[in-house]
Amino acid sequence: MIESAFWDEIWNITLLSLRVSGTAVLIGALIGVPIGTILGFRQFKGKRTLTRFVDIMLKSVINTFMGLPPVVVGLVVYLLFTASGPFGWLGLLYTPTAMIITQLIMVVPIIIGVTMSAVGSVEKAIRERALSLGATETQAAWLVLREARMGVLTSIIVAFGAAISEVGGIMITGGNIRWWTRTLTTAIVVETELGNFAMALTLGAILLSMAFIINLALTIVQLKGARR
Amino acid sequence: MPTVEVQNLSKEYSGRQVLKNVSFTVKNGEVFVLVGPNGAGKTTLLRILDLLEEPTSGRVFFNAKPIDYSARDKAVLRRKIGMVFQQTVLFNMSVFDNVALPLKIRREDESNIGKRVKETLELVRLNGFERKNALALSGGEAQRVAIAQALVTEPELLLLDEPTANLDPRNVSIVEEVLSHINREKETTIIMTTHNIFQAENLAHRVAVLNEGKIEAVGTFQEVFGKPAEPIKSFAKLENVFHGFSRITAEGTSVVDIGEGLQIEATFKKTGNVVLHVPPEEIILSIHPLFSSARNTFEGRIMQISDMGHVAKLKVKVGANKSFTVQITKRSFNEMQLNIGSKVYITFKASSVQTN
Repeated sequence: MIESAFWDEIWNITLLSLRVSGTAVLIGALIGVPIGTILGFRQFKGKRTLTRFVDIMLKSVINTFMGLPPVVVGLVVYLLFTASGPFGWLGLLYTPTAMIITQLIMVVPIIIGVTMSAVGSVEKAIRERALSLGATETQAAWLVLREARMGVLTSIIVAFGAAISEVGGIMITGGNIRWWTRTLTTAIVVETELGNFAMALTLGAILLSMAFIINLALTIVQLKGARR
Repeated sequence: MPTVEVQNLSKEYSGRQVLKNVSFTVKNGEVFVLVGPNGAGKTTLLRILDLLEEPTSGRVFFNAKPIDYSARDKAVLRRKIGMVFQQTVLFNMSVFDNVALPLKIRREDESNIGKRVKETLELVRLNGFERKNALALSGGEAQRVAIAQALVTEPELLLLDEPTANLDPRNVSIVEEVLSHINREKETTIIMTTHNIFQAENLAHRVAVLNEGKIEAVGTFQEVFGKPAEPIKSFAKLENVFHGFSRITAEGTSVVDIGEGLQIEATFKKTGNVVLHVPPEEIILSIHPLFSSARNTFEGRIMQISDMGHVAKLKVKVGANKSFTVQITKRSFNEMQLNIGSKVYITFKASSVQTN
């Protein structure tokens, strides 16, 4: 019986982790890929000093946000959704939704940043080649996106990898409530503190296998997308 | 009716004049080859002809109509022109899809596409490569795919920027054959650039020498460079062109006596009068004699330094009337602390020596 309850809980924790990070990355991709694409296209057009200045500032801001400490994001989301906060009336604190919002804020800059550099790195050469083959500007833009597709996929995988292994943010906004907001990472923290090393190590092994699968996918994508 | 007429074309990039008052006419069905060293403005000129760049001043006529560089939709005119860049850019898709792409862009019939792609791949001898990913090809194969992309639409005008630079001899001869074939069979007008003047001799109806943004000579190869037996008419038109008497050595290479006791060793096998060309970018400049595998080393003094932006061009005098032009990066130039009068050594391989 104990055996079964043990695995039930692990199953519940794993599924919640996948659901929270998966949803955050999915919504993040819907927001981040279009923005990253537009910014990637803009990169090479900055000939004037002002456009260049705006471009550099924008890029630096995105790069800073790419390395946003999850605990800080968690803190901000907590303050926004706590009972006395501006969104307190929604009653979302300590729910999976609050965790999704936390991770969403984390992954959007990652997706924007990686997509932007993927598009930017092929933009000039592919656009000109497409134009010289008779493409209209619209057709050329589609071809640029098509060439950057592996980079876009990379951005999504990297974002998922960051989200699934993140602990500080969702700990604050999810509250690590058993059977409700406990994920792989937050569970490892609490089980280690309680001395339940069997549980902690099992969860750790699951997390590690996920990290491996993510990196495997990333390597395959990068090999397929490699340009000489 | 001339296909392309260039009138007083100039191009400036942030104050630097890349093209200076360039004018020439290319007749329908002609192969017109622009020769000149790196940095002469050849690429810029082709990019202007392909509407990828706007001229600062001057006009280009295509089939007697002036090109409107401010037009919003340049695709209409570009669809009549095929272009091959020096740096091959292919799409991450199969060879077939790469060659089919220009036809799909023009919304051609699916059935017609299959037929045209097959014919064109046969022409560049890449049949059997259809399903391979284009990014997995060797440099020579990739360049032939790029040429197939330009040819598949049967353009009226074909522009090629150094199509055989960095290719091995086998790929060079395939590309040259393809170009003369389509010029002969389809009467496609071709404008191409090269820094190998002897490729110009093989392919061109007419040659133009472009140097530092200016056209220095236009005419048939003979008119511009002269026959090997005669003194070269425009000796100064192109850098590092020498003429001398060649004899074959015991090792199977050739040694060419270019006068003043100077001898150049080359990998070709020739006896008699020859014209030689050593591209400036193939020459290594050093302060001390190099101990290397390169067969040709000369001692000389720097007579002239010209600033070409990121590269510096140096004229190195190695004999009373003989000098070599050497092209090095600005960084090397600064690091070596060179000046007019500096004693230097120039070194180049026997295989870098081109001949007719």
